[in-house]
Amino acid sequence: MQVVLKKTGVLLLTLLLVSGFAFLAFEIIPGDPTTMLLGSDYTPERAAALREEMGLDRNVFLRFFAWVTAFLRGDMGTSYSYAMPVREVLRGKIAVTAVLSLMSWVLVVAVSVPLGIALVRYQHKPFGLIGNSLNQVLMAIPSFFLGILLTYVFGLVLKLFTPGRFVPLEESAAGSLGYLLFPALAISLPKIAKTARLLRASILSEMKRDYVLTAYSHGSSRWMVIKNHVVRNALLPVITYLAMSLADIVASSIIVEQVFVVPGLGRLLVASISNRDYPVALCIVVMIASVVVVMNYLADILTQAVDPRVRLM
Amino acid sequence: MKKRILALVLAVLMTAALCACGGGKSPAAQPSDTPIGSAGEKAQGGEITVGIAADLDTSLDPHVSSSSAGTREVLFNIYEGLVKPDTDGNLIPAIAEDYTVNETADTYTYTLREGVRFHNGKTVTVGDVVYSLTRAAGLETGEPLVAELGGIAAVEAKDGKTVTVTLKKPDAEFNAYMHAAIIPEGIDPAAEVVGTGPFRFVSRTPQDNIVLEKFADYWGTGAMLDKVTLKVIPDGQTMVMSLRSGAIDMTNHLTASQIADLQDLTILEGGSNIIQALYLNNDFEPFRDVRVRQALCYAIDREGVIDLANDGHGIPLASSMIPSMGKYVVPELLELYKPDPEKAKALLKEAGYEKLRFTITVPSSYPAHVDAAQVIVEQLRAAGIEAEINLVEWATWYDETYKGRQFESTVVGMDTHSLAASGCLARFQSESGKNFINFKSAKYDETYQKALATVDDTEQTALFKECETILAEEAANVYIQDSASFAVMQKDIAGYVFYPALYIMDLSTVYRVQ
Repeated sequence: MQVVLKKTGVLLLTLLLVSGFAFLAFEIIPGDPTTMLLGSDYTPERAAALREEMGLDRNVFLRFFAWVTAFLRGDMGTSYSYAMPVREVLRGKIAVTAVLSLMSWVLVVAVSVPLGIALVRYQHKPFGLIGNSLNQVLMAIPSFFLGILLTYVFGLVLKLFTPGRFVPLEESAAGSLGYLLFPALAISLPKIAKTARLLRASILSEMKRDYVLTAYSHGSSRWMVIKNHVVRNALLPVITYLAMSLADIVASSIIVEQVFVVPGLGRLLVASISNRDYPVALCIVVMIASVVVVMNYLADILTQAVDPRVRLM
Repeated sequence: MKKRILALVLAVLMTAALCACGGGKSPAAQPSDTPIGSAGEKAQGGEITVGIAADLDTSLDPHVSSSSAGTREVLFNIYEGLVKPDTDGNLIPAIAEDYTVNETADTYTYTLREGVRFHNGKTVTVGDVVYSLTRAAGLETGEPLVAELGGIAAVEAKDGKTVTVTLKKPDAEFNAYMHAAIIPEGIDPAAEVVGTGPFRFVSRTPQDNIVLEKFADYWGTGAMLDKVTLKVIPDGQTMVMSLRSGAIDMTNHLTASQIADLQDLTILEGGSNIIQALYLNNDFEPFRDVRVRQALCYAIDREGVIDLANDGHGIPLASSMIPSMGKYVVPELLELYKPDPEKAKALLKEAGYEKLRFTITVPSSYPAHVDAAQVIVEQLRAAGIEAEINLVEWATWYDETYKGRQFESTVVGMDTHSLAASGCLARFQSESGKNFINFKSAKYDETYQKALATVDDTEQTALFKECETILAEEAANVYIQDSASFAVMQKDIAGYVFYPALYIMDLSTVYRVQ
């Protein structure tokens, strides 16, 4: 119980700090929402009036305080660029990014763990060798570029999907998932490569431990040793990595969404920053930060479940 | 220089190889003014998806001058004024059937067309016209929303179908501003989008799409299509992919390099209607000396920029006038500065700036301007001038460079809001709020004001040409080009036409071929 309280405290503090820094960052970069709204012909009086109307003339700390208290009450504010509540602007987009991120993450978990184990089992066979070099290549390709390649190969040549024609979730869940599979691949392939490599290295270093020798002396084969004894131990660092990679995946989906014209949070975040639409940008930043903190917490719990020696502090 | 070009060539080759997409060297584009399509029949109805590079502005208020060019070109389909521009650069009657102007060019009388309806079903009355113009000209607030309409003194309804507009001082060009939108009396256009155009606004989803539908009760030849969905696709590469995959049917404003991959689609070439230049801050110490500014003009070869940055698709410019505004263009000015690095060096030596260094601020969201700036830097180097590119984000450019005038030079394109010459030239008056280059010339101010007050068209045109000549001779900026813009559509889409001078995407003439 105490642990949960403590972790929740950390979560809140982190979010407060993150939103505080984001608020300050917007304060420092040039350009403010009024100039983006008023355009080229306006008098200083009109700008001043608008600044007052939007509350931008107040001290930055006061504004931050007002934003935090409103946010805690569930009021996310009004978007400057769209003149509608932030809640409304984000509606539908959160679901798309969430589905895409989860899908990519499930792909990473489902593929990388067996792949990592297989890479050790067939270490000296052609599968292991080819797998290893392919891994290196995939690790080196950035997601957005992979996205362009996938669009070209699967979209334009093989015509498995129509790049740019996203099917909304409410229209057809299957169609939507079918379309999202390709951006999900673009996001997950480099992650799969990294995770599998991490697991492979972890298993190999675990193989040098004394208990492995003991297991061999009982007459177990190499594969039996790996399967029954080593994997469980080797998974520990990988679990932490996987949990944290979900946060990473949310971040890369923001870029990949743009390549595949997926109407998620990604473009909205980029546009809200360049339009200085702080209420929207802050809201998205806080959501991403929450995912990071919560995932770290879950990683701790999982580690404990796998290894009883680890205790949550 | 050679290394840079080599790198560029390599980069292009690599991209081409990676995408495994060939394509000829110089894409053949068809002439723009004849709507072409396959030999098929024009089909009435149907719907298409059009890719646009940026989401529309916050407010779709047609009177707000801040609206970006991208928003204005879409609103053209929804709103109309008393007059509207046609594809030949003339103003044709729209909501007004006819107009007359008095001899001193300070009173304009408009007769309304009968039976023009708003999208909400109401008929346009003189009350609506008076309300719209009063609002746009800021007659009640004292602050015009549409800057060009600031010259209006009064708007009155004479009878049930006639409206007179009285000006503070004569302006023979005034009719060119009267494409300002007419909206229903009492409606706040920021909240409700109601116009008289061939399309009506249906919905928008932020950063995703805008939906328009054909307005069945349009007074003129209505739209061919029933429905148009505008899809927001900011990334150029993705736009090209979406065209190839068929996810979108059409887009305009592609660059010469982007169309290389789209040779099996219909490509139309037109002007961008922008004045791309290396805009110089005339208040920056070295640029206060006219010889330095002239040296830059001699150092930069605009043909070279067009060839390298735009594959040769662009119209060279010598002053601030959009080339499609035919009668105002002064072609002789192109002869004023022939590329001559030696002469540039000599002028700099004379001015005492042998080791000239400065920065070129470029908004990074415009690849066309970034490319041009890169070529310019290399050309300047040949004349012994060190220029450095400073890439900034659009909001920063807007705030610091344009509004704050904190810059040394910048490469951007300026567009115009009206078919009047003043749209291109007004900003260079010494005291203009839009004069971000701090150009100051008493002679220019005087000539410009004289031109505005001149009623005779030939005389007025001559005065505007003189203004352009002053800008060129004073080397206010280094003018480059009006770059080509390509509209690309699927083979079964036709009917798209370009408009001179203005930023317009007319969707009403577009149709599907059967």
